[in-house]
Amino acid sequence: MLAYLVKRLFQAIAVMLAISFIGFAIQDNLGDPLRELVGQSVSEETRQQLRDELGLNDSFLTQYVRFLGNAVQGDLGTSYFFKEPALDVIMKKLPATLELVLGATLIIVGLSVPLGVYTAIKPNSIPSKIIMGASIVGISIPVFLTAILMIYVFSVELHWLPSYGRGDVVHVFGYWDTNFANVDGWAHILLPSIALASIMLPLFVRLIRAEMMEVLQSEYVKYAKAKGIHPGRIYFVHALKNTLLPVITVGGVQIGTMVAYTILTETVFQWPGMGFMFLEAVNRVDTPLIVAYLIVVGFIFVVTNTIVDLIYGLVNPTVNLARMGA
Amino acid sequence: MSTVATNPEPSRFERIWNSNMAYSFRRNPVAVVSLAIFLAIAIMSLLAPVIAPFDPYDPAQIDIMNSEYPPVWVDGSEPEFILGTDDQGRDLWSTILYGTRLSLLIGLCAVGLQAFLGISIGLIAGYIGGRLDSLLMRLADIQLSFSTLMVAIIFLAVTQAMFGSETFNQYAVFFLIAVIGVAEWPQYARTVRATVLAEKKKEYVDSARVLGFGPLRIMVRHILPNSLSPIFVISTVQVANAIISEASLSFLGLGMPPSQPSLGSLISSGFDYIFSGSWWITAIPGVVLVVLVLVINLLGDWMRDVLNPKLYKG
Amino acid sequence: MSLLSVRDLTVKFAMRDQTVTALDQISFDLGKGERLGIVGESGAGKSITGFALMNLLSRPGFIDSGSINFEGREIAGLSDKEMRPIRGNRMAMIFQDPMVTLNPVLTIGQQMVETLQAHRKLSKADAEQISIMKLREVYIPSPEDRLGQYPHELSGGMRQRIVIAMALLLEPELIIADEPTTALDVTIQADIMELLLELCTSNMVGLILITHDLGVVSQMTERTLVMYAGRIIEAGKTREIINDPQHPYTQGLINALPQQTLPGQRLKQIPGNMPGLTAIPDGCPFAPRCQYAIDNCRRTRPETVSYANVEVACHEVNRLHNTVLEDQSA
Repeated sequence: MLAYLVKRLFQAIAVMLAISFIGFAIQDNLGDPLRELVGQSVSEETRQQLRDELGLNDSFLTQYVRFLGNAVQGDLGTSYFFKEPALDVIMKKLPATLELVLGATLIIVGLSVPLGVYTAIKPNSIPSKIIMGASIVGISIPVFLTAILMIYVFSVELHWLPSYGRGDVVHVFGYWDTNFANVDGWAHILLPSIALASIMLPLFVRLIRAEMMEVLQSEYVKYAKAKGIHPGRIYFVHALKNTLLPVITVGGVQIGTMVAYTILTETVFQWPGMGFMFLEAVNRVDTPLIVAYLIVVGFIFVVTNTIVDLIYGLVNPTVNLARMGA
Repeated sequence: MSTVATNPEPSRFERIWNSNMAYSFRRNPVAVVSLAIFLAIAIMSLLAPVIAPFDPYDPAQIDIMNSEYPPVWVDGSEPEFILGTDDQGRDLWSTILYGTRLSLLIGLCAVGLQAFLGISIGLIAGYIGGRLDSLLMRLADIQLSFSTLMVAIIFLAVTQAMFGSETFNQYAVFFLIAVIGVAEWPQYARTVRATVLAEKKKEYVDSARVLGFGPLRIMVRHILPNSLSPIFVISTVQVANAIISEASLSFLGLGMPPSQPSLGSLISSGFDYIFSGSWWITAIPGVVLVVLVLVINLLGDWMRDVLNPKLYKG
Repeated sequence: MSLLSVRDLTVKFAMRDQTVTALDQISFDLGKGERLGIVGESGAGKSITGFALMNLLSRPGFIDSGSINFEGREIAGLSDKEMRPIRGNRMAMIFQDPMVTLNPVLTIGQQMVETLQAHRKLSKADAEQISIMKLREVYIPSPEDRLGQYPHELSGGMRQRIVIAMALLLEPELIIADEPTTALDVTIQADIMELLLELCTSNMVGLILITHDLGVVSQMTERTLVMYAGRIIEAGKTREIINDPQHPYTQGLINALPQQTLPGQRLKQIPGNMPGLTAIPDGCPFAPRCQYAIDNCRRTRPETVSYANVEVACHEVNRLHNTVLEDQSA
């Protein structure tokens, strides 16, 4: 178990190194930090002096190692626009994005399992056909269109729900303000969460259905029937557990994908999260912020993937973590 | 598909194609309708320069005074513009035709690139095996664990910042094809590798080797035809995904510029006017995009049902 | 009265554009504690017979007509819900491959306890005690520890013993064993068969043993059915069938046994293949492969007749028997 953990950790570090390298390469090539610091009215001499002082004339490798050293200590540079540490800027925006992801995840988990199981158990029923039909339409509508459609229907036409922003949030601690504390917060997060969930939900329903149908064809399910086990137990104990194992792996990857989709949802709903911030940073060519976002998002991906792998190993009795480490 | 028809040795795939595929297609109205709609959209967009009443790329034909006319069935419309005009005064029908052409072009080319990279890597990894195989598959795992959209967003954002919007806009088509094409190779590589591993053990590959055929010939002539059905199924879904990715990237302003809009950028520019009531600039390209992706997905679903290799185990 | 009585059981499969007959009017009886072997090549309908008895045919298969009378009750038309108290309780089944029979994510204990609790009101602790007792009966070492283990932690032979223990949990009247050793190592096949025989005799449990191995049938069973292309072509006491087979197909099967072949000789396989379900000939299904077949065999389907202590479906059994006698006297 420990050996596997160490191995997985090493892999995670290797990927983070690769990401940081890409980040640094971007930093190195994109924009001139000097111009952002002192403007253009400084003489060439002072410029060279400043370059030396800032270490911009050092070799690529030296600069990279310095960048890495700073990054490990949480220093990802200073945002040109906000004039404060890039990591701080992101940390202030992170809770909004995470809450959005949480809202969408709740919708996905809450609906995909029952819908997927139902359509697998009763594949020929009318509700199943409707669910499957809706799911293929669902995966064919891009997230941003779902978002626009919902704004048009629920905000512009019906005036039921707000179309942008986080609304009335409640402070929790540090940078964390939550949407889940009052009605206004809920009203604001509802549409963005549904929009974000809209592409993943049908994917998961279809995935769970396909896996479940395969499991229901298996010998051990037939054997359980031959033992006279109640169908409820066959579906929810024998089959569901085997169904969810591969779903966990895919789910881990999809969490990462969801972070990407937050950029789209946040743009449409002007949700003050880090995705919205990233696009603004791109438009302002705020290089340190772009690089910091890349590294934070990369970190989120790596951490979720590692955790998902570990959970999979713990949940699946046929995976021997001790042996995998060897 | 022409590769199948010209293949001199009847492969397993070809037999399936001739019998079950055609049969199932005729019996499946959803597949027939989907293919018909897809072909209609594809042909119309291909013929955009011929059938479009205006050239949306020609500034001389655009008059800002014509902006935001609604479609002809709405009050205040201008009969000249069937589907109305966008915020810049372009004829929406013409712009959609050209935009669909771009979306399809980018989607197909990106998937072509994916398939080329993925199939080559999959063949090499499966055929050579050993350390190279494990290295490539490890890379595929890592690549898959990152979302394509995320990679594409960051790549395009950085490229745009690096080259400046003007240069970027000029070459946006290529950037989009490249990034969507490169990011999704593992899908193909994994599938092809699995087939190669399965086929490699079979006698005919051995006998081809004994006959002195080189590895390239064995792979292309003997192994590849057996990977065709999964490749077809993946490709269909991937085209749909690539079109969605392109639209999403363009919507974010990281893809096609408003001056040369794809469906995504058209929706994006229309979004600013949705609150003022000009819904058609967003809605009509949106419907076209969804219908296009939907019919491709429906075809993909049908193809998976028919070609699913599991059904032909024996 | 017999434990199980099957009459004219017909099973069909609804395919894409036609319906094929997988079991064609098969009839047989099984007494209490009696052991019956069903032999035939793969695809002859042996397994389908087993699943049909349990009413466990999976789509597109279905029981078309005929009756299955079990313990005096007609069970052919029962719903899943009505069958549930019978399955695993009165009639248990042992599947072919123990590697895929047990659920990989549930412990042995969970899978045994759920079987008991599905049919009896028992506490978990009581159910575990019964499970341990049954595991001991199938000679599983330290059965207490096995309950907490997952299937993948055990060998194939061990798993099949556990499946046998599970079949015995509720003291059923009938066990249907579908090729219970084919998936196992040759070295442990005999052990498992011996165990099964011992448990059936000591508990007076009826056994239907489905196998392609006439040798196993001769050691395990009292009566035998030989199946070909979904039909019973010969039935009778195992001893009679082994010693004096009447149907040319059965004769061919016995001649093909390795024991019947002298060292250095080739195995005497029956030439040709069994017809697929979609292409069963009109007359005797074996006619295309039968060296004695005459025109009549290819035209009309043979009725089952009693001949030399067995029931046999062959037009030419009379002539054939005489030819064999002539050969012997010559």
